[in-house]
Amino acid sequence: MAQAQQPTQQQQRKIAAPPINSETQAFWDAAGQGKLLYKKCAGCGEPHFYPRPHCPFCFSDQVEWQEASGRGAIYTYSVMRRAPVPYAIAYVTLAEGPTMMTNIVDCDLNSIKIGQAVRLVFKPSEGGPPVPMFTPA
Amino acid sequence: MSIKGKAYIVGIYEHPTRLATDKTVPQLHAESAKGALEDAGLTKNDIDGYFCAAGDMAGLGQLSMTDYLGLKTRHIDSTDVGGSSYLLQVGHAAEAIALGKCSIALITLAGRPRAEGMATGTQPRAPERPMPESGFELPYAPATANMYAMAAMRHMHQYGTTSEQMAWVKVAASHHAQHNPHAMLRDVVTVEEVVNSPMIADPLHRLDCCVISDGGGAIIMTTPEIAKSLKRPLVKVIGSGEAPKHQMGGKVDLTYSGAVWSGPLAFEEAGVKPSDIKYASIYDSFTITVLMQLEDLGFCEKGQGGRFVSDGNLIAGVGKLPFNTDGGGLCNNHPSNRGGLTKVLEAVRQLRGEAHPAVQVKNCDIALAHGTGGSLGTRHAAATVIMERE
Ligand SMILES: [Zn+2]
Repeated sequence: MAQAQQPTQQQQRKIAAPPINSETQAFWDAAGQGKLLYKKCAGCGEPHFYPRPHCPFCFSDQVEWQEASGRGAIYTYSVMRRAPVPYAIAYVTLAEGPTMMTNIVDCDLNSIKIGQAVRLVFKPSEGGPPVPMFTPA
Repeated sequence: MSIKGKAYIVGIYEHPTRLATDKTVPQLHAESAKGALEDAGLTKNDIDGYFCAAGDMAGLGQLSMTDYLGLKTRHIDSTDVGGSSYLLQVGHAAEAIALGKCSIALITLAGRPRAEGMATGTQPRAPERPMPESGFELPYAPATANMYAMAAMRHMHQYGTTSEQMAWVKVAASHHAQHNPHAMLRDVVTVEEVVNSPMIADPLHRLDCCVISDGGGAIIMTTPEIAKSLKRPLVKVIGSGEAPKHQMGGKVDLTYSGAVWSGPLAFEEAGVKPSDIKYASIYDSFTITVLMQLEDLGFCEKGQGGRFVSDGNLIAGVGKLPFNTDGGGLCNNHPSNRGGLTKVLEAVRQLRGEAHPAVQVKNCDIALAHGTGGSLGTRHAAATVIMERE
């Protein structure tokens, strides 16, 4: 069987709505305003992601929401070819330190590189808040 | 306190089915248990410890299976961390036997993802109830293949590992599978065939991925005294180790696995080194999984896995470290999408001298079985078991 022609521009992929709970409501409220939040610990000073009410490094509950600049670099990625619409999953390391899972969007999927500078964009989810993703800077 | 030499593997069974359209999952568990009991020369009512991973059976599956099989036990274990669960359970059974908490332990695995038409590696799977990380992962469509692919991509970037090197893992497995009449894929493949197979999730090709199969298996473990009263070759557990690895609060590093912790625990307990291992069963969900685990277990230096697996180094009778001589998950089977139990089975066959003659390792006195359950790309549990023939 011949390999199907792969589109290189990301088309519309249906993005699942994130499950939201009392821990993460503030994160998704901010996402609705175009802001990406992470948590920083007042006890040990470490930022962490995904955000929790307790620091995963020192277990302090003195953790505070911080707004990320939206700048980052691709730590690793993979283009899923066996999907109705191919898409690029990735880990992006934020300028502020933590690395987060995301998608790389609005670009030629075959041009993505590890180390590439990216910037924050939001994409609508199905029946949920917009979701933070990244595109080449 | 150590488990070294305090528990023996006396019964093993691998279900021959690879497509169980007409059998249920509990039935596959039961048939596997029966096979392992017959291999050991024991009966169902001898069992006083039962290990069944909840993931094989929905809900309180361990309890339902205890009922279904009609067991009366004094030790219950439903440890479930994905495909490596059964390797952890061998360690846990050895601990329970060493402490006298049970004397004859049964471990079973069964599943039928193939009959159920599951797109195991390429379809994102949401947990029944959201996990704490779900909101920060599910929107991005993590499947199994693209998670392992991200680990492979970073390894290639950081260490210069190539697709051709990863392909050698599959080539070696296929050389072994040609001798296994039950294996799903028995054709020997070349490096070129692997790297020219369709891309699934960059950089993993179709032939970098394990098979989707139905089936099951079972293991019986017991005390040294009971083992010596039975008629099977004596295979004892001499070391075990387990360790989780995760995203570390955002300090993500996909270049190594939990084997960097589980391996040293097992080697230290066993009192042996990687160079003492004559045969290794290494969980092969994907080719990258094997390459990375071999590095992390200390069979080669970190970053040298690509060179280590190349040129047939994993092929029995050819290379320095024969691996997965049953064809492994890449060619033989991957029952319930979980490869940990079958890894133990082939290691025991090698130690007994009961592997296929074409792949039997000469003087195989010490063997290792290792696995990664969950995902290399997010969270996983590594487990290492070292066994010795007495
Ligand atoms: Zn802290």
